[in-house]
Amino acid sequence: MTDIGSYPENSRHLLMGNEAIVRGALEAGVQMAAGYPGTPSSEIIENLAALSKDPSRKLYVEWSVNEKVALEVASSASFAGLKTMAVMKQPGLNVAADYLLHLSGSGVRGPMVLVSADDPGALSSVNEGETRHYAKLMEVPLLEPGDFQEAKDMVKWAFELSDIIRNLVLVRTVTRLSHASGTVVMGQIPEDGNKAFFKHNGFILDPNEGVIMSPPVEYKHSEQQRKLKQAAELFETSPFNTYEGPDKPELLLITSSICSLYSREAVHLLGLQDRVGILKIGTTWPLPRNLMQKHLASTDKIFFVEEVLPFLEEEVKILAAELAGDIGVKQFFGKKDGRLPMVGEMNPDKIMAALAPIMNVTLPQRDMAYAARANAVAFGGSPHREATFCPGCPHRASFFTLNTALTMDNRNGFVCGDIGCYSMAVLPAGFSTLKTLHAMGSGTGVASGFGKLSLFGLDQPVLSVCGDSTFFHSAMPPLVNAIHNQSDMTLVVLDNSGTAMTGFQPHPGIGHDAMGQTAHSIDIPSVCRAMGAEVRVCDPFDLEQSRDTLLELIDRKGVNVLVLKQACALSPEKKSTKRYEMKVDEAVCAGETCGCNRLCTRIFSCPGLVWDKESKRARIDEVTCAGCGFCASICPRHAIQRKEVA
Amino acid sequence: MTHMTLKADPFNLIVTGVGGQGNVMTSRAVGNMLSQLGLHVTIGETFGASQRGGSVMSHLRISAKSSWSPQIPLGQAHMIVSMEPTETLRVLKDYGHPGVTVITNTRPFYPVGVISGQLNYPKDEEIRAWISELSARAFFLNATEKAVEIGNPVLGNVIMAGALAGTGELPLSREIFQAIMATRFKDDKLRMNMEAFDWGVKSVKTE
Repeated sequence: MTDIGSYPENSRHLLMGNEAIVRGALEAGVQMAAGYPGTPSSEIIENLAALSKDPSRKLYVEWSVNEKVALEVASSASFAGLKTMAVMKQPGLNVAADYLLHLSGSGVRGPMVLVSADDPGALSSVNEGETRHYAKLMEVPLLEPGDFQEAKDMVKWAFELSDIIRNLVLVRTVTRLSHASGTVVMGQIPEDGNKAFFKHNGFILDPNEGVIMSPPVEYKHSEQQRKLKQAAELFETSPFNTYEGPDKPELLLITSSICSLYSREAVHLLGLQDRVGILKIGTTWPLPRNLMQKHLASTDKIFFVEEVLPFLEEEVKILAAELAGDIGVKQFFGKKDGRLPMVGEMNPDKIMAALAPIMNVTLPQRDMAYAARANAVAFGGSPHREATFCPGCPHRASFFTLNTALTMDNRNGFVCGDIGCYSMAVLPAGFSTLKTLHAMGSGTGVASGFGKLSLFGLDQPVLSVCGDSTFFHSAMPPLVNAIHNQSDMTLVVLDNSGTAMTGFQPHPGIGHDAMGQTAHSIDIPSVCRAMGAEVRVCDPFDLEQSRDTLLELIDRKGVNVLVLKQACALSPEKKSTKRYEMKVDEAVCAGETCGCNRLCTRIFSCPGLVWDKESKRARIDEVTCAGCGFCASICPRHAIQRKEVA
Repeated sequence: MTHMTLKADPFNLIVTGVGGQGNVMTSRAVGNMLSQLGLHVTIGETFGASQRGGSVMSHLRISAKSSWSPQIPLGQAHMIVSMEPTETLRVLKDYGHPGVTVITNTRPFYPVGVISGQLNYPKDEEIRAWISELSARAFFLNATEKAVEIGNPVLGNVIMAGALAGTGELPLSREIFQAIMATRFKDDKLRMNMEAFDWGVKSVKTE
């Protein structure tokens, strides 16, 4: 990890977007940061947590149990007059939304910034939810960095803006900014921070010393709207809104975020710099009205480039309608007329393809013969790489067992899922075991409902899975719900000892915290027992015990919990260590004549266990095999053998 | 800012491979070297669950003039550095053109479909012929084998960075690489990194 905190003022460094955000927060003098891990936002809290280990920095950083709690924790610092930040991926913003509505209504004291990371194109998500609409819904200002330097500068300014308007400021980043890297020139990091003190003895409505709350609603709501108007006025002259192009362009391209870089590239590649002007908006909500009017008046044709939904497009159209008397009637191009898609991420090619016909220029074509040949070669020569669990992953073993037990039970049982590496169990990698896949904790909530459908004749075993971090994040309330309402279901907790998918961030079940301090770890089986569930704990690498326990539980009425506990193969304590030396005894493996139909390689499909086309036998790939030993239990002839490593 | 001129501006470099092979490390090391020369560098990459055992790609945009977007337009890569031979073909499909230079590691990393016997993996000679046909210049290195010989398979990435420097297409030098590595590694590890880098440089020069 680079030491973003030590780079001197004015030095230039290649920073990841998320690192630039961290540097911006440091330059603003951030004192507290809280978040929940989620791609593409995780590196922000991770970097801050690493920096907080230096006690001279006076920075408190935590991985909170979920995003709503993170927002609550971070706001406490603001109430005590400190500079504070909450960080999450967009689906987490949905989790935090309840508190966000209250917080934006109550206002803040110390500067507070909420960074929310969208994933257009769902590069590492199961949806492409949008942060921008929340700014409008919650009536808070929204900033959107367009490049790496802005990611730093804008986050720093977001704290200043929050300090001026005394309300939370939302910053939206996207995967292609957060995870991309670019050159950033450093600014200064202040030495001293504010002292924490919560003033609460003043007149009840005093914004500095009264009660922090959203009532009386009409008064506070009007205050909130006044703050928003104040932000809009500051946005009129913001250096984050830039224009490049002729004074009177034939077409005005309005864009924001990383799309501004794609747009500039598309205009350049089509040679349209003298005909198309690019208005890059950094202060997306509320839009600066006078600035927009000036640019809208400069031309009759407007083209919107943004990800994912037409947010800018709709807001600018409303403004244009209000201003029609002054600026005249405009022709609009964008997502509403179908020139750009309302799904997925943008890139220079999509923008060029939309822009070329509007401007009546020829779209530069690839060498067609080359492209056709390259396509044909790749079609035959690049075998598809399906996502799969890592060698030695306990999830592969867990889902093999779940699938085996449900098949043996033979009553059409099914598993409801949620978010984690184990979401891949909708794929053959997890034997297509998951049959519903939604939000964090949702598998258990859905299963809680399914477990009541016996009234209507449902007689299938109902199961759900969640990870250990997800258990604390949002699977506990639905488990309580299932127990209280006497649902019939079995929750399988896939406990791999950390928030593995996003990089082993600690959670409440782990004995240390984000800053590396000893933490109180909460025992999942004890929690479930205290709630009133029937609880078992097994090692997923023990196929027989896990399978038999599952068969027993799914035949039982009420709410059952099976904790399958085994650390992730990539976990720091396990990585590059082997518990077993594995081998396939060629004399015992009967290959295709066995009758198992190559269960080990065709179905189980661990990258460490290979089908050797020459010998027509299974074979262990020594370099890839993680030595978990599980595959020894699946071979009907016991040809796969394991020996404990001394 | 720099007065350097590049062979193309922006120079578009793709570093590709399979998740876990160390792509991010290579692209960052190369990007840092170029950035320290005063060039504008943008690296586009993604990581997360979708990359477990999947194809990964980093887009590097290098310019003496300004910052470019994190996604290279189709058919516009000047150079492809690949840790896995069939990934080279996948990248050529979208970003290749007749003038592209390719440096590829020859060691296969089999997809799960090949491991399970459902899909076929092409022969080494076939892959070499296709890559040569679809590029202006192609270099084939057994970087993994050499890296294991030096002491760690992850050094394959350093070999590839050395090979990239060896082509002379970008202003990458041994001195800058050593200076950057010396901030991270000492003694034996530094020596191994330099041995890997030098082998990479040599292997494209002698071809």
